[in-house]
Amino acid sequence: MSAIELSHATASLTEADRLMTVCNSCRYCEGLCAVFPAMEMRRAFPDGDLNYLANLCHSCGACYEDCQFSPPHEFKVNVPKTLAQVRVDSYEAYIWPRVFTGVFERNGVAVSIILAWSVASFILGFVAWYDAKALFATHKGPGSFYQFMPHAGMAWLFGFAFLYALVALFMGARNFWLDIGEPLQTLKEKPSLWQAARDAGTLRYLDGGKAGCYTNEDGARDNRRLYHHLTFYGFMLCFAATCVATLYHYLLGRIAPYPIYDLPVVLGTLGGIGLLIGPAGLLQEKRKRDPAVQDEEHNGMDVAFLGMLFATSATGLLLLLLRATPLMGIVLALHLGVVFALFITMPYGKFVHGIYRFLALVRYARERRMMAEGGGEG
Amino acid sequence: MIEPNKKYDILVAGGGNAALCAAIAARRAGASVLVVESAPKFYRGGNTRHTRNIRCAHDSATDTLTGPYFEDEFFDDMMKVTAGRTNEPLLRMMIHESKDVLNWIQQQGVRFQPSLGGTLSLGRTNSFFLGGGRAMLNALYRTAESLGVDVQYDAEVTALDVRDGAFVAADVWQSDAIYKIPARAFIAACGGFESNFHWMAEYWGEAAYNFLIRGTRYNQGTVLKMLHGSGIGEVGDPTQCHAVAIDARAPQYDGGIITRLDCVVFGIVVNAHAQRFYDEGEDVWPKRYAIWGRLVAQQPGQIAWIIFDQPSLKMFMPSLFPPIAASSIGELADKLQLDVTTLEMTLRDFNMSVRTGTFDHTILDDCYTEGLMPPKSHWARRIETPPFYAYPVRPGITFTYLGVRVNEEARMIMADGRPTANMFAAGEIMAGNVLGQGYAAGVGMTIGSVFGRIAGREAAKNVRN
Repeated sequence: MSAIELSHATASLTEADRLMTVCNSCRYCEGLCAVFPAMEMRRAFPDGDLNYLANLCHSCGACYEDCQFSPPHEFKVNVPKTLAQVRVDSYEAYIWPRVFTGVFERNGVAVSIILAWSVASFILGFVAWYDAKALFATHKGPGSFYQFMPHAGMAWLFGFAFLYALVALFMGARNFWLDIGEPLQTLKEKPSLWQAARDAGTLRYLDGGKAGCYTNEDGARDNRRLYHHLTFYGFMLCFAATCVATLYHYLLGRIAPYPIYDLPVVLGTLGGIGLLIGPAGLLQEKRKRDPAVQDEEHNGMDVAFLGMLFATSATGLLLLLLRATPLMGIVLALHLGVVFALFITMPYGKFVHGIYRFLALVRYARERRMMAEGGGEG
Repeated sequence: MIEPNKKYDILVAGGGNAALCAAIAARRAGASVLVVESAPKFYRGGNTRHTRNIRCAHDSATDTLTGPYFEDEFFDDMMKVTAGRTNEPLLRMMIHESKDVLNWIQQQGVRFQPSLGGTLSLGRTNSFFLGGGRAMLNALYRTAESLGVDVQYDAEVTALDVRDGAFVAADVWQSDAIYKIPARAFIAACGGFESNFHWMAEYWGEAAYNFLIRGTRYNQGTVLKMLHGSGIGEVGDPTQCHAVAIDARAPQYDGGIITRLDCVVFGIVVNAHAQRFYDEGEDVWPKRYAIWGRLVAQQPGQIAWIIFDQPSLKMFMPSLFPPIAASSIGELADKLQLDVTTLEMTLRDFNMSVRTGTFDHTILDDCYTEGLMPPKSHWARRIETPPFYAYPVRPGITFTYLGVRVNEEARMIMADGRPTANMFAAGEIMAGNVLGQGYAAGVGMTIGSVFGRIAGREAAKNVRN
């Protein structure tokens, strides 16, 4: 309803435009997060800008609880929910390659099918490679993992899956950047990148302006920020464990499994613990949250991703526990199946939120600097 | 649900800033407190929901305030806006107390931020609530409930048992049942009567039914009327209300801040006869902001249109509804259902009388009209570049001035001058004591917090004695 009427690609974007017009004439929420100050720099909201704002939103919910115009008020202002819907649509719009369009529609189902297929393939593969009886024999010592699958095969397969994921994620990120119409130059500005890294790394905008996110207006604060930190940094530690192990293998010629005091195992175990508690906590907090602020239609996307991270860690830790027992073979198949599925679904699931959010924060950091240097609306 | 057998020291009528500050202060002083709010939970808090800042005196800059605002300056500002229609000792006391309230309110969980975008002029004097008035209320409710204050929603006071200036009990209506709630003290913090069109019509006639109410629909003034009926003294001009011009397309209640329009200076304002009726360039915000509601209320049908052209479109804060646009004045008149010839003539007369100067809407500039009645004494620029725009405006009522008389203890005073035994008031219902006319941004919240806190403290003291 801004003075300049725009037509939008989806109903969610049309609603987001309406809300930003309401919010821009109020501005009470500008201290809560990055979305509202970014909104204030604009008068009209074309799709690209709305997608930018949607990906800037951390869905903390504070603006909904603070809003005098949220439902049942006739203005029906529900920014977190609307931006969540716009966000999922944007994931879909940026997908690469285009043939996978639709995967975010019923993302929980899609990811679950891929996971099941992947785990089944590894179990079947192991059985085909070895006979079923040997699968349940006890294997110990360096190289025991590779009795089921040669290291080179494993490295090629996972290397390829990882590389594919990187390419697809990169292409998605490129589509996002083009859509929001930000020049490439911004990505070369160190202050913007550094600010965005800090804002993302500390989840600065998940705290409702330092009040903590609300579950509802009565205000039991939740622990999503803590659980997200456990998840993210747990994931990074696990990733670091894999990198160290790869270096061990190729540079030092040391063959897995490694002793429990060794770096890859220590990093992986610590990360694994984070990746157990974090996703479980996030799931639990999600259940407690007011359904009004959530995009319930796409609940499956969040649950599938959290479930996948939890399963990655659970199977990994189980492998550590059972690696000297006859169950090692089957647990290894399970773990590899989950990790493979995680890799190839990264560009097609909730994982992408981190990439787009970070990029949105880079643009926001630049806009804030420009504002501080004078110019723009305010 | 109200628990009929539970006994309370203090009954608080209302659920906004004043009521909650009173409840918290009383509870902290050891009293048991029941708050009865006539609105449902979502709409709790009356006009506090729509506020965004509080004006408190402070001797130095803070994290969120850009500089000091001494008591004397605050006092001078209040004398200016009220034109001296105030109770000076009470005003001085309130201003002095406001300094401490600035800290106290934060101790109750309320958080501040630097002044909002577009409100830089208030950055030194007013503390802005992080997340706005509803966020402030949520914090106060959380604190009150964690302290053990009982809160009942959809609970309206329908009768008061007051005997010779002493409160005995109140009838509270909730879910088709009436509960008699006795208490040892009563605090009225339930707003004015601006949402009651019939009452407004007593002073404004039929015109009142064309007003829009910017805030809550629950300020029906029932308790106010009952208090006056029980012999409590009146204060404030019953015929007056604070009115600003807001978008005529706003809902009847609760349109809040987003329906405000501050673009009178950029164009001309015409009535239903397509004619101008007042100097649009008389004064700067906020003075002009506060007079246009009344001016429009005096026009036929209580409606007017602000008309401007393309160069002005982005010079003011955006608002909820888009302006009505047209490529010519004739087309605009059609869309507004105004007489085409008259509107074209009004525009022609205006444009011909504009003397070119250096336009600057932040000061009283030298762009004015010559030979035009009424004149536009500043910011006059020809309206000639299409597209042409119009905002329809109606009077938007913020609050009423009529209230109950109180003393420095926030204790209600009888019409004959005797203090009541155990009755207190805070917020809009007693604002007329210090605010005889006019308004200064954030003062409603100052009155609510300062007198709320005092009322709670004094009521608790009363209960102990």
